[in-house]
Amino acid sequence: MATTLRTLCFGLAKNIASNSSKTPLACLGTRCFHQDHRSHQAAVAEPVSRPSGRHTATLVPGDGVGPELMGGVREVFKAAGAPVDFEEMFISEVSPNQSADLNTVVESFRRNRVGLKGILTTPTTFKGGVLQTLNMKIRRELDLFANVVCVRSLPGFQTRHNNLDFIIIREQTEGEYSALEHESVPGVIECLKIVTEENSMRIAKFAFDYAMRHNRKKVTAVHKANIMKLGDGLFMRCCEEVSKLYPKIEFETMIIDNCCMQLVSNPYQFDVMVMPNLYGNIVDNLAAGLVGGAGVVPGESYSASVAVFEQGARHAFAEAVGKDIANPTATLLSSCNMLRHMHLEHHARVIEDTVLKVVKGGKIRTKDMGGYSSTSAFIAEVIHCLP
Amino acid sequence: MAGKTMLLNLFKSLNKPTSLSKYAGPCVAQFQNQPCTNRRRYSSQNRLVTMIPGDGIGPEISVAVKQIFSAAGVPIDWEDVDVTPVKGPDGLFRLPPKIFESMARTKVGLKGPLATPIGKGHQSLNLALRKAFSLYANVRPCKSIEGYETPYKNVDIVTIRENTEGEYSGIEHVIVDGVVQSIKLITENASMRVAEYAFKYARDNRRSTVTAVHKANIMRMSDGLFLKCCREVAAKNKDIKFSEMYLDTVCLNLVQDPGSFDVLVMPNLYGDILSDLCAGLIGGLGVTPSGNIGEEGALFESVHGTAPDIAGENKANPTALLLSAVMMLRYMELTSYADRIEDAAFSVIREGQHLTGDLGGNSTCSAFTDEICRKVQAS
Repeated sequence: MATTLRTLCFGLAKNIASNSSKTPLACLGTRCFHQDHRSHQAAVAEPVSRPSGRHTATLVPGDGVGPELMGGVREVFKAAGAPVDFEEMFISEVSPNQSADLNTVVESFRRNRVGLKGILTTPTTFKGGVLQTLNMKIRRELDLFANVVCVRSLPGFQTRHNNLDFIIIREQTEGEYSALEHESVPGVIECLKIVTEENSMRIAKFAFDYAMRHNRKKVTAVHKANIMKLGDGLFMRCCEEVSKLYPKIEFETMIIDNCCMQLVSNPYQFDVMVMPNLYGNIVDNLAAGLVGGAGVVPGESYSASVAVFEQGARHAFAEAVGKDIANPTATLLSSCNMLRHMHLEHHARVIEDTVLKVVKGGKIRTKDMGGYSSTSAFIAEVIHCLP
Repeated sequence: MAGKTMLLNLFKSLNKPTSLSKYAGPCVAQFQNQPCTNRRRYSSQNRLVTMIPGDGIGPEISVAVKQIFSAAGVPIDWEDVDVTPVKGPDGLFRLPPKIFESMARTKVGLKGPLATPIGKGHQSLNLALRKAFSLYANVRPCKSIEGYETPYKNVDIVTIRENTEGEYSGIEHVIVDGVVQSIKLITENASMRVAEYAFKYARDNRRSTVTAVHKANIMRMSDGLFLKCCREVAAKNKDIKFSEMYLDTVCLNLVQDPGSFDVLVMPNLYGDILSDLCAGLIGGLGVTPSGNIGEEGALFESVHGTAPDIAGENKANPTALLLSAVMMLRYMELTSYADRIEDAAFSVIREGQHLTGDLGGNSTCSAFTDEICRKVQAS
C-alpha cells in the first residue's frame, strides 16, 4: 500500500514537471532544469525514504551477454558510490516465458525517464502474425526517435584508423523498419519503407541541435535520393530546409554507398552524420568496427522525454554467454553517459576516466581487443583503479 | 546457276581474312540455324565483343585495354559503339538502337564510365541494358592489390548483388502530403536465380563459402523469402559451404576482419552498399572490376566516374576497366589469357615503377599500359 502511494506521488510530481516543459524538442536544452526540479519535488514528497541525492533508472539487461555486463555496471557503480538505484526488469523475445510484460517495461522507462538497456535479440524465424519486433515496439511506445552513436577511438588502443571522433544520428521509428510487409501473390513480397516529413524534420532538427550543443562544425545527411527519389528525396529536402536555420553549421549530403566507401578509406572527414533507419544501422556497425568493434562503442536513444542508454552497435553476443569473455567497455561507457545525463557529472567522469585508463594501460584486455582477460577481470581492474 | 556462283563467291569472301572475318564469331552459327554454343569454339575463331568506350577518361582507358589485349593476342575483335543519345522523331532523346543490336549479336560487352546527364530526361543506359538483357546479377571481386597499400590486408571478397528488384524497384508514392511510401519488392524467382548464380560462381572460381547477407530479423517476410531461397539452393549445392549473416554483423566484421569473408550474395540495396564498401577496402573504384551477368548476355564495366578533370591528359588509370575485361575473358572461358593479363597488371603495380597518379605514382596512362604490354608479351 505504502509503495503504491509512493509511486503515485512520485508519478504526480513528475507529471507536473513534464507539463512545465515547453516543447518536446527543447528537451536537450531543458533537461537540467527538469531533473533538478524533479529530484527537488521528489525530496519534498518523501523526505525519509528517498534522500534527494538518489536517482532511479530502469535497467533492462537484455539477451546474450547483457545480464553479465549489467552485473559489472552495478558492481562498478557500487564501488564508485554512484547514487543510482536500478529498477531491473528482464524482457526478451527469444525467451518469452521469463519475459516481463512490455507495458510494465515501457511504464518504468516513462516513469524514470532514463534507463540502461542491453541488446534484445530478434529471432529470424517468422511464423506469421505480428511483424513488429520487441525492439520496435519499445521504440514506438516510447517514441525513441533519435539514436546517437559517438564513435571515438579509445586512447592507447590501436586500430586501423586512430583519433576518430564523429557522431552518427539515426532516425529509428520509420523507414525500412516499419514492419509493413505483405505477400501480394505467392512468391512476391512487398516491403514498405515509409518516410514522413514530420519525422524527417524532427531528426534533422535533432541533429543540428546536437551539433550546436556539442560544438560540432558539420552535419552530413546520408541518403540514396538518386534512386529513391521520393522517399530519400523527402528526407534530404527536410535536412536541407533545417540546415538553413543553422547558418553556423556546415551542411553536406552524401550517397550511402559512397559514404560507406569514404568511411573505410577516409573516416576523418566526418563530424555529425544524420540518416534514415536502415542506413543508420549499417553505418553504426561499420563505424563501430573502425574503432574496435561492438564491445567498445556506446550509444543512446532519445525521445522527447526519455533517454535510453545502450551499446552503439547492437549485438547480443549470444555465443559468449557464460564464457566471461565479453567486453564491458561499451556498456560501462554508456552507463557513464547515463550518469552525465542525470547530472551526476562527477561520478560519470570518475568511472569513465578509470575505464579509459584501464584500456590505455593495456594489461587487462578482453579477447576482442586482442587480450586474454575475462570480463570479470576487467571489471575488477576498473574497481581496483577507481580513485 | 549464276545465283549459285554468286552465293558461293560470297561465301568464299566471308571465309577470307578480310575485315568481315571479325563477324565470324559463334553468332554466325546462329544465322545458319545452328545452335549458338557459347561453350565450344575453335581457337582460330575470333569472338566479337561490344565496346562502349564511354565519356571523360573512357576513350583513353579503353584504348589501353585494347592495346593490352592485342599484345596478349586475345582472340577477340572489338565492335566500338557510341551511345550518345539521339533525338527521336518525337523530340525525345533515346539511346541509339545500334547498342542493342550490337549487344544482341555479341552477347558480351565492355563498358567504360558514362557521364549521367542529370535532368536530360533520357533513359539511363545501365537501366536500359539491364532490362534488355535481363542482367540480374552484379558481381564485384575485390582483392587486395599488392603494391597499393590500404589499411586492410588480405581482402579477397566477391559481392554478388541481385540487380533487378529489391529497394531499387522504383515504386514510390506520396500517400498524403509529407508521407512517402517506397516499396521493396522481393520475388522468389529473382532470389532463386541470383542464389543459383552465386553458387555457380563459387564453384567455377574455386571459392569455398557463400554467405547470404540479409536482415530477416527486421524485414521478416521479404528478406525472409530471400534467405529461404538461398537455403534451398544451398541444400542442392552441398559442395559449397553456406552461411548466413545479418547485414549489420557483416558491416561490423568487414572492417575488422575482411579476410574472413569469401562470396557474399544479397539483395539490391545491401549489395550496392557492400560492393562499394569492399571497393573502399582495397583502394576505391579505380581498381575494382565489375560485371553484370544476365540470361541473355553479360556486360562488364568499370564503375568509377568519368573524371572530366583529367580527361585527355593521359593521366587516367585503366586498372578497373582492364580487370573488368579480365573478368570478361574468364566469363568467355578464355582463362589462360585472363591469367596472363591479370598477372602482368598486378606485377606492374607491385613493382611500383610505372604507376598512375591515383595509385601514388607519377607515370602516365600510356607508360603504365606499355609496361603491362611488355610483361604480357614476355610471359
